[in-house]
Amino acid sequence: MQTLDILVPETSGYSYAFLDEFAKRELRRRMLKAIAIPGYQVPYASRELPIARGWGTGGLQVTLSLVGPSDVVKVIDQGADDSVNAANLRRFIVRMSGAQTTTDTTLATLIQSRHRIPEEVLHEQQTLILQVPDPEPLRAIESNISKAREMHGDADYGLMWLTLYEQLVRYKRVTLGASYPVTVHGRYVMSPSPIPRWDVPKLHQAPFLTVLSAGREKRLYAVPPYTDVRPLEFDDVPFRVENQRNWLCFRTGEHNKFMNEIPLAGGNAIYEISDSGYVNKRILKQPVGNTFFDDNAKFYKEGVLHD
Amino acid sequence: MTKNVALLNGVNTHPFQSLDLHHRHLLPAQIVTTKPLLQATGLVKKYGVIHAVSNVDVLVYPGEVLGIVGESGSGKSTVLRLLHLEDQPDAGKFYFDVSNDQSLNLFELDRAAKRLVRVFNIGMVYQHPHLGLRMKNTSSGNVAERLIVAGNRNYAELRLAARKSLQVSEFPLARMDDLPSRLSGGMQQRVQLAKAIALKPKLLLLDEPTTGLDVSVQALVLDTLKRLQRESGVSMVIVSHDLGVIKMLADRVMVMRNGRVVECGLTDQVLEDPQDAYTQQLVHAKL
Repeated sequence: MQTLDILVPETSGYSYAFLDEFAKRELRRRMLKAIAIPGYQVPYASRELPIARGWGTGGLQVTLSLVGPSDVVKVIDQGADDSVNAANLRRFIVRMSGAQTTTDTTLATLIQSRHRIPEEVLHEQQTLILQVPDPEPLRAIESNISKAREMHGDADYGLMWLTLYEQLVRYKRVTLGASYPVTVHGRYVMSPSPIPRWDVPKLHQAPFLTVLSAGREKRLYAVPPYTDVRPLEFDDVPFRVENQRNWLCFRTGEHNKFMNEIPLAGGNAIYEISDSGYVNKRILKQPVGNTFFDDNAKFYKEGVLHD
Repeated sequence: MTKNVALLNGVNTHPFQSLDLHHRHLLPAQIVTTKPLLQATGLVKKYGVIHAVSNVDVLVYPGEVLGIVGESGSGKSTVLRLLHLEDQPDAGKFYFDVSNDQSLNLFELDRAAKRLVRVFNIGMVYQHPHLGLRMKNTSSGNVAERLIVAGNRNYAELRLAARKSLQVSEFPLARMDDLPSRLSGGMQQRVQLAKAIALKPKLLLLDEPTTGLDVSVQALVLDTLKRLQRESGVSMVIVSHDLGVIKMLADRVMVMRNGRVVECGLTDQVLEDPQDAYTQQLVHAKL
């Protein structure tokens, strides 16, 4: 019987971590530029990988150019370590680099993620790599990419507030769920990849480095450690995270963590914490790190949220 | 200039301050000593081999309404686009009383500076609402956009300002949160007008503002424009091929043909006693 192991060619023919040295050097240089100009989208030559564009190739290229044999890698997809995409990426990274893997946020050195920032507070030695489908926050208001880049150059971001205005007029509240635009270091407006609003404040003055990379759009950008990341808001209509105040995780009994809603027959719903690594540690009664939102729904840093 | 003199009174106050039904007192005639608000000289614009505008001078005094008439393709809309800093001319200078620095040629500013001049000092009403309005945004949003671009980040203030501006342009407030695509042509023009005057600009550019509206709506929009001009004293440049519109609004008129100015003078004078052969033809064709 033919198995995948037989079909897959020997790994010895590849460079360390799959990408050739030139490609990795280019990516590292682009990352340095992105870190030097927080929130600025740096174009790069997105390489072919054995997974399809749109399945995390941007994040994967960044991970592959950063990973070393002593690294511990965690890969998350929508908060879960065990989804197909996360498992595939993790196996590929390990196979190509010999790095360790973990599902424990506190132990990882590199965390590649799609759609979530883990609940536990990351520290200075960790790097968060976010997969980005659409890096351009201005796309909704300016479809011409050349014009959008001019707007970035002029810091001409007024129209972003017009979209907020429109939502307030029509729905009485801001309806942007994910990819909530933020101003980084008081200059560039950035799309923080499709993380929920819940995760946006976690980027503000964070001790860890965040690299966001879009493989299909061939752009990467970064939030260096201890950088201001402010969500766009009106003076009198402050930014708010999702209201999940009364939601209780059916597996751990906790609240004030970002929840997945699981609909039940009959119209009711139960909730579970979206960060599966965190849930598993709680169920196994292992010690967990500090979380960004504590039990009183207070954010770990004062003055970021308005109430 | 005699007609202009009376209009100059009271324009030193900020436009729209006197909006609350305080009509200006008429003062005795006086000699014009005010500097022009806008001074564009030697404008040249070519599109390939076509000379859209050749050597046109435009002068507008504070509180004055300048009409530009001419047949299609005579270059009048191009002049307006140049004045709105949308296009870069092939030659010419443009001085505008923006920052007490009269020696600043606006055509030499960079893109961001031009945008600021445009946002804070110039309002524009296009013939086609599609050019001036965002059809996917609400009417009030379209008006609020000007204040947002100018840096206002207070939702309540934006709502209030949009409401006020729409009120001034006599837009039915019950429909202020409707999409422009669901409004009538006259209402769309009123939204454009409200947007143009939202930041109380010194200059209002109107490109065929009533063309395409039926006659009764046209009259109402013109009434609004005239009242606005009377109450706020904002300077206007109005482009039209309709001499009736020009006659009703403009103090001075400029007749263009083939990218050149063939005649320029007080409206009454030019329309009653045209000197140039083309103007005579135009006037007789109309009246």
